Amino acid sequence: MMSTEGYGVYLVIALMALVMLFTRFGGVFITGLLPLRPRVMSFIDAMSGSVLVAVLVPIAVEADMAGRLGMLATAGVMLLTARPMAGVSLGILVTALIRFGGMS
Amino acid sequence: MPDIVAPQLTGADIRRGFWRILPISLFVFVFGLAFGVAALQSNMANVEVMLMSITVFAGTVQFAVLDMWGAQVPILPLLLTTLAINSRMLLMGASLYPWLRLLPVRRRYASLITLSDANWAMTLNDLQQGRNNLGTLVGGGIALWTCWQAGTLTGLLLGSGIKDPKSIGLDMVMGCFMLSMVMVGKRNLRKSLAWGLSAIAAYAAYRWLPPNTHVIVGALAGGTVGIFWLETPKQ
Repeated sequence: MMSTEGYGVYLVIALMALVMLFTRFGGVFITGLLPLRPRVMSFIDAMSGSVLVAVLVPIAVEADMAGRLGMLATAGVMLLTARPMAGVSLGILVTALIRFGGMS
Repeated sequence: MPDIVAPQLTGADIRRGFWRILPISLFVFVFGLAFGVAALQSNMANVEVMLMSITVFAGTVQFAVLDMWGAQVPILPLLLTTLAINSRMLLMGASLYPWLRLLPVRRRYASLITLSDANWAMTLNDLQQGRNNLGTLVGGGIALWTCWQAGTLTGLLLGSGIKDPKSIGLDMVMGCFMLSMVMVGKRNLRKSLAWGLSAIAAYAAYRWLPPNTHVIVGALAGGTVGIFWLETPKQ
């Protein structure tokens, strides 16, 4: 436990900021220590897109029906136009409309 | 894999990146607003809330920390939560390494200060498609950071705003955005295999492993495909 009285609170925030800085810088720094063999580069390449997928999975799992239909709308727009902002906007709109209509 | 050359980063690139990410940043503004309002109910003073938004700049972490905040703070659990939720940033940084390593050290790390989900995802797509500049990472990061501050401040000052971000679908912003980023790039069998493995591993970790481990587990599982299936450079 740590007190947030007086200057304590600033110390807590500073420590959090340091942890965040470590996560932002750490990936590049640690990778810099690895030998850049083709296999390492290939690992990074396959890993990079996988981050997106791994972030996405629990969101899709936890989403209600309105949210899932919203994501479906995003996917539809992406297939047709490949424009991310249009896809995201329609996805949010669909989700909101369905929730507004009380259908989920 | 196309040849990797040092990315460019001019003032004009940064400005373009700023405007490019600004639309999605508006959602971040609304999240910031919700955070500011939630922070009012917590034991944090307004100055402390702003200081946290400015220096920590991590939405999910800041929401999680509100619940742990009191006259006494469990410092170790709090820092471990911060680390766990944002461990994905380590992987995001690593994924940009093949390009960032070609920059001078100072520039390399300076461009990572506002690393965040949206500017990372767009930058990675750009770089992989051979659009070789970091304007979206830096300029977009500035847009996201600014909107997060503006949102937090507005929430603190107004004290009310969007009562329930869920009702207008805001909880799905991240999901829809990540999905659009997954679908924007080129696909091939190797990539699809990596992503499928990542999805399965992330799901399993989400169900059965400690909270906030799913991104690391999923991404590393996807990465193993790269270890066994080498991408050969294009001629």
